[in-house]
Amino acid sequence: MRPAALASEVVVWSGLVAATVASWWIASTLGAGYRLVFPAVIAVAFVKMWLVGRYFMELREAPALLRRLFDCWIVIFGLATVLLAAL
Amino acid sequence: MPDRELPLFVRTDVRHEFGRAVASHGAARAGHIPGEPGLWVFILGDLSLFGAFFVGFLVMRLQERALFEQSARSLEPLIGGVNTIVLLTSSLLVVLAVRAVRRMRKRARRGLLLGALACALTFIVLKVHEYSRVIASGHQPDDNTFFIFYFTLTGIHLLHVAIGAVALTATAARRHVAIPFAEGVAVYWHMVDMLWIVLFALLYLEPVG
Repeated sequence: MRPAALASEVVVWSGLVAATVASWWIASTLGAGYRLVFPAVIAVAFVKMWLVGRYFMELREAPALLRRLFDCWIVIFGLATVLLAAL
Repeated sequence: MPDRELPLFVRTDVRHEFGRAVASHGAARAGHIPGEPGLWVFILGDLSLFGAFFVGFLVMRLQERALFEQSARSLEPLIGGVNTIVLLTSSLLVVLAVRAVRRMRKRARRGLLLGALACALTFIVLKVHEYSRVIASGHQPDDNTFFIFYFTLTGIHLLHVAIGAVALTATAARRHVAIPFAEGVAVYWHMVDMLWIVLFALLYLEPVG
């Protein structure tokens, strides 16, 4: 097992946990007056999904077609939900 | 008898291991489909089905914003947040388990998968606790639009977790695991993790005044 490769997944996991705690803290601290918090938290969730796909599902090593299909899914549903949450 | 003592011709993992080794020497791991191609039709289809539900939830929220904000207050973000971290941790353990399968380390594979299974069971216990808490606070599954979405989305997701738990158990219990099988179970489990990441944000993290 290459230590560097293992370390990258642990770094990604740490980032994902940190993003979870940060989203949770911001949403519970800032009141409903901050209307951009909800779409921002959802945008962060889609970035987290993309990281899980790329590093945990190993899509970064997958054929370009599969990688692009996944990226398209993230962009289409990410944009749709973030925009709807911002309205 | 440990895996490595089996004759080469019955070790399904060896060809893959050699294939991987050859590929990595040529710096050409790019192009490897994790699991099997057919599995990805299901994965992208399932993700899209949930994606449509996410959009539907937010469209209904626009029409009943006050109701959605008030209903979301009945949920405990702590339970949702802990469950997110539990699933993220299980995903990391599954990544390491796939590595163990590729390196034919049976004990490591079993230990890591049992760790991931413990995370799955923790998720289920916390979810059942949350359901009983929500119902005890007077909200039924058909209470209003928010709770119809809440119980439907988290219920279907919980079914995915339960199926994943069975798959993790099977992958841990088998004497020999082919690499594509382990990768397929891993991809499915990471999808379960992904869906929860968005469900947590949608259902639990709307700021309340």
